[in-house]
Amino acid sequence: MKKEQGIWKVITASSLGTLIEWYDFYIFGSLATVIAGQFFPNTNPTAALLSTLATFAAGFIVRPFGALVFGRLGDIVGRKYTFLLTLVLMGGSTFAIGLVPSYESIGFAAPIIVLLLRLLQGLALGGEYGGAATYVAEHAPAHRRGYFTSWIQTTATLGLFVSVGVILLTRHSLDADKQISIAKFNDWGWRIPFLLSIVLVIVSIYIRLKMQESPLFSKLKSEGKTSSNPLKESFGHKANLKMVLLALFGATMGQGVVWYTGQFYAQSFLENVCKIDFDQSRTILIWAIVFGTPLFVFFGHWSDKIGRKWIMLVGMLLAVLTYRPLFQELVVLSDTTQKTEQTAQAKQVTTLTAVPNTGDSVRVVKQTQFFTDGSILHTSTKDTLYADAANTTVKPLVTVSKEVGDGIYWKMVGIVFLMIVYVTMVYGPIAAFLVELFPTRIRYTSMSLPYHIGNGVFGGLTPFVATLLTTIYTGNQLAGLMYPIVVAGVCLVIGSLYLSNKKAIH
Amino acid sequence: MKKLKRVAGFIWLILGPVAVFFLMRTAANEIAAKPSADTWIQWGVFVLVFLPIAFGLSLFGYYAVKGEYDTEV
Repeated sequence: MKKEQGIWKVITASSLGTLIEWYDFYIFGSLATVIAGQFFPNTNPTAALLSTLATFAAGFIVRPFGALVFGRLGDIVGRKYTFLLTLVLMGGSTFAIGLVPSYESIGFAAPIIVLLLRLLQGLALGGEYGGAATYVAEHAPAHRRGYFTSWIQTTATLGLFVSVGVILLTRHSLDADKQISIAKFNDWGWRIPFLLSIVLVIVSIYIRLKMQESPLFSKLKSEGKTSSNPLKESFGHKANLKMVLLALFGATMGQGVVWYTGQFYAQSFLENVCKIDFDQSRTILIWAIVFGTPLFVFFGHWSDKIGRKWIMLVGMLLAVLTYRPLFQELVVLSDTTQKTEQTAQAKQVTTLTAVPNTGDSVRVVKQTQFFTDGSILHTSTKDTLYADAANTTVKPLVTVSKEVGDGIYWKMVGIVFLMIVYVTMVYGPIAAFLVELFPTRIRYTSMSLPYHIGNGVFGGLTPFVATLLTTIYTGNQLAGLMYPIVVAGVCLVIGSLYLSNKKAIH
Repeated sequence: MKKLKRVAGFIWLILGPVAVFFLMRTAANEIAAKPSADTWIQWGVFVLVFLPIAFGLSLFGYYAVKGEYDTEV
């Protein structure tokens, strides 16, 4: 009973810190558009967004380096102090991003500072996960590793949940008027979620300081059997390197793309392709996460009974087979051309704003259409009326935003939930799987690198590559799915052929 | 099964350079179509990151061909 209590303390302390690290990391990605306006000014909004996404990707690309730096440290010094250090680094960087003056105030120094801080975040995240997973696994009894480490697996999703929740709450609580509140949020309120991080990090550091070193690592250290050069042992010796390669190409690569497609690309697709409005596209994801999160623990626990391999690979298989129809269904559900309009309720408001000293006017036409299924379509068209009749606006700026009715809304939640189920299948057992693949003396280093290449590079670049593919194949809204489907497909074949069905030792 | 693992190893061995070829070709096309700093940076980062990964895939294939994964791992 006392041992059971001990493991829950370990899980709580590790999970809380890891959750905060994910929260810190996600708020940047979730606020990409707002941050683009503040730090990456560009007349072309897509270019500005791409700059931020590139920064987002840069954050992910440095993760493997963080895995090497902190993995090595964790295998030499110990798990406890290493993942304490990553927490401080992450919290400090996040807090600092909230303090950086905008481009308008300090010019090019602003985006450069933000980029550097983002890189530090990526580095810290690279060291955090391996430490937390190893630490929990080394406290857990061998036959329940899947179950206990699955709690760490929930933190990445819960971190996203908390970040989206804090952003939505802040966005709507800065003023009684919704529009003014959003304007304030875009101006300065976006800093609040970043600044809030410092409080969470201090609490987590306090809890982690009270923890003991992992028993398996302490034993190794007392016997003088820790590795003096974990990098060389992990990647310089064929016996271990081949396991690192297998972990990457047979498990984490596919797991990474399934994870990022379900948790990030789905929301981005709803907002940018289906044109679902900011709030709804996020609350749909939040509900799907709420319903899906317990399944991490379920699949982690189940992997202790039947083995890790097939749960992960079936998750990948389902993703490969169903992504196209699921995303197609999202397009169909949001398509207002197939809905019946209630024409009597339609509204149109036109505003004209004179351009000083020119005689020209900017015209904004805001049209609202209502449909029988409860959906609402907002269309805003902005053009210029020139005093000189010979001039016309070449291309009016048209923005579209949709609010879907309750029935459609819950169907969309159901579809995203299915994608989250795949995430829980591939991600729930992965920590136990990786931990069991490598020996204690070089575990932190060996498991961190394939995890962060799989998730940071293959997974982290999913929204970016998918967006890029849709700009290359402009006629195909589902073109972005090619990337996760191909990567998960290759990983599925490799995993099926070469992985053994690891079961916990009873 | 051992034979299948080894034969499939050739696919992974070849997939590495094939992936690099397609990556380079797409990068060159994209940069030629939009020769801005943004495009250079994006594709430069992709190539830089995926080159060692492609090498790793070929190495994985080489190990598979050599029978390193014949036993249950």
